Amino acid sequence: MASTHSPAIAVTGLRKSFGDQVVLDGIDLDVPRGTVFSLLGANGAGKTTTVKILSTLLGLDAGEIRVAGYDVVRQPDAVRAAIGVTGQFSAVDKLLTGAENLRLMADLHHLARDAGRRRAADLLEQFDLTDAAGKPASTYSGGMLRRLDLAMTLVGSPQVIFLDEPTTGLDPRSRRDMWQIVRDLVAGGVTIFLTTQYLEEADELADRIAVLNQGRVVAEGSAEELKRQIPGGHVLLRFGDPEQLDAARRVLAQAARDGDALALRVPSDGSLSSLRSLIGLLDDRGVQVDELSVHTPDLDDVFLALTGNPTKDKVTAR
Amino acid sequence: MSTTALDLRTYPLRDSATMLRRNLKRMLRYPSMTVTLIAMPVVFLLLFVYVLGGTLGAGLDGTVAGAGGRAAYANYVAPAIILMTVTATIQGTAISIAMDMTEGIITRFRTMHIARVSVLTGHVLGSVLQAVFSLVVVIGAAILVGFRPKAGPGGWLAAAGFLIAVAYALVWLAVALGQVSQSVETASNLPMPLTFLPFLGSGFVPTDSMPAGLRWFAEYQPFTPIIETIRALLMAEPVGNKAWIALAWCAVIALGGYLWSKRLFNRQG
Ligand SMILES: Nc1ncnc2c1ncn2[C@@H]1O[C@H](COP(=O)(O)OP(=O)(O)O)[C@@H](O)[C@H]1O
Ligand SMILES: [Mg+2]
Repeated sequence: MASTHSPAIAVTGLRKSFGDQVVLDGIDLDVPRGTVFSLLGANGAGKTTTVKILSTLLGLDAGEIRVAGYDVVRQPDAVRAAIGVTGQFSAVDKLLTGAENLRLMADLHHLARDAGRRRAADLLEQFDLTDAAGKPASTYSGGMLRRLDLAMTLVGSPQVIFLDEPTTGLDPRSRRDMWQIVRDLVAGGVTIFLTTQYLEEADELADRIAVLNQGRVVAEGSAEELKRQIPGGHVLLRFGDPEQLDAARRVLAQAARDGDALALRVPSDGSLSSLRSLIGLLDDRGVQVDELSVHTPDLDDVFLALTGNPTKDKVTAR
Repeated sequence: MSTTALDLRTYPLRDSATMLRRNLKRMLRYPSMTVTLIAMPVVFLLLFVYVLGGTLGAGLDGTVAGAGGRAAYANYVAPAIILMTVTATIQGTAISIAMDMTEGIITRFRTMHIARVSVLTGHVLGSVLQAVFSLVVVIGAAILVGFRPKAGPGGWLAAAGFLIAVAYALVWLAVALGQVSQSVETASNLPMPLTFLPFLGSGFVPTDSMPAGLRWFAEYQPFTPIIETIRALLMAEPVGNKAWIALAWCAVIALGGYLWSKRLFNRQG
């Protein structure tokens, strides 16, 4: 039964394995209508698998899932009629032009010929593709393909839109364009389920964020709530040589390497007293620090606190 | 909680027509494929009529009505070349299905509320039309090199209907083969045996001249009654029961290909 008040997406106890490999190990999600929900996770965390299951492309091993009020297993047709999916990999017909791709979607949604042409033209305009409308999609740049892909998803005016890593591989400008498009869509009242590897992206767009790590949701909440889950930000220490770094590591149990750089991140609330004790600790052992900087908390830190891994290894932060 | 009546009707005919338009556009955009598919049977035609025809034709004496030689052989071999035109076309079907599967647009179709089968029927109808086009070109070429069909309008009509049935059946098989192929490369190789099947039948030489084991295979494999039916219809000879055997084979191949294709398409990846 689809009530207009039911959540856009409700997932309980979702499990999925590929052979022996458990990819989703009991996921619960709840996405209210008209909001942007971001599933944040590293490469291989199971984001695409989740999107495929929610969009009826893939079966599940256990769990209960309702999308737009319909059960994905028992009412896949109703779910499909309510959703639009832009997958991680381009789903346009490269031999057709941009306009032809959009008209194909209009025909499949059974829009009348004139209405379909108008819808295609409007979307081309909205996504800044009018000039390229008559060119085969094979000649499009990555950013244009992504925009066309999303425009095709919108032809049927879906209530719930899935975007699987919509900005991966895009240049910064195209990424910003895509963000603006997402904001405009939400303003129009649809629900968006977005996956990303980028903390910044989740922070920019999402009302709520779930962090997916090793098959489980390790944290969920608004960006603010997640940031509040850890006491403070961190102190970044840079070293001149590996010996100094190792010496500091022996002193600071909570410190984690900052990627491949000769640098350590030490969880800290940034208060004067905590800095004083940190500096005192390093001074006592005669550890040479080239540079010290204080960082107020961001989602990187949340990831660090939640997974015990520096985000550079797990999630690409920019 | 209010229950809204949800309209989940599908429109298979309308969606199939949409998909057909898509496939026809793709063929026009990528004509080199069609050209290659027509070139193959034409090359075989020229090879067999001009290089081998004189000798093979001489061997036909007594087995086939009319005098031996190149002219008689052109008449004998044309039906095999005609069938080969169909098998070449379906190689293209398998390739374009496999290309589609790798391109991701099919994944999009799967997430849409459309008549699912239309994704496949669009390809099937497109390929049958492509086969008709190729057949017209290849039969024209055969006539240019000496093929002299004796069929009247009725015979031609029957032959056309029969060839469309054959193409339809083999295309469904190719749709399945294209789906099981994990790559475009495999898709172009999998239907290859079909291309050579006419050689192991009565397509190029009468089966009487073959060793016993091969002759048994040649007489009972599906392409033999198909070729013989085409030959009989176009040469205005009595068709006999081989047309029924051929049509039965077509029905089996079409149904098998359809069910296999549908299962492959509906499996969850
Ligand atoms: N069809 C499949 N068969 C086997 N393993 C798979 C399949 N799809 C995904 N996986 C595995 O599941 C894990 C999660 O993959 P995926 O959902 O694509 O992650 P993400 O999108 O977060 O990068 C990976 O380890 C991947 O190798
Ligand atoms: Mg992915």
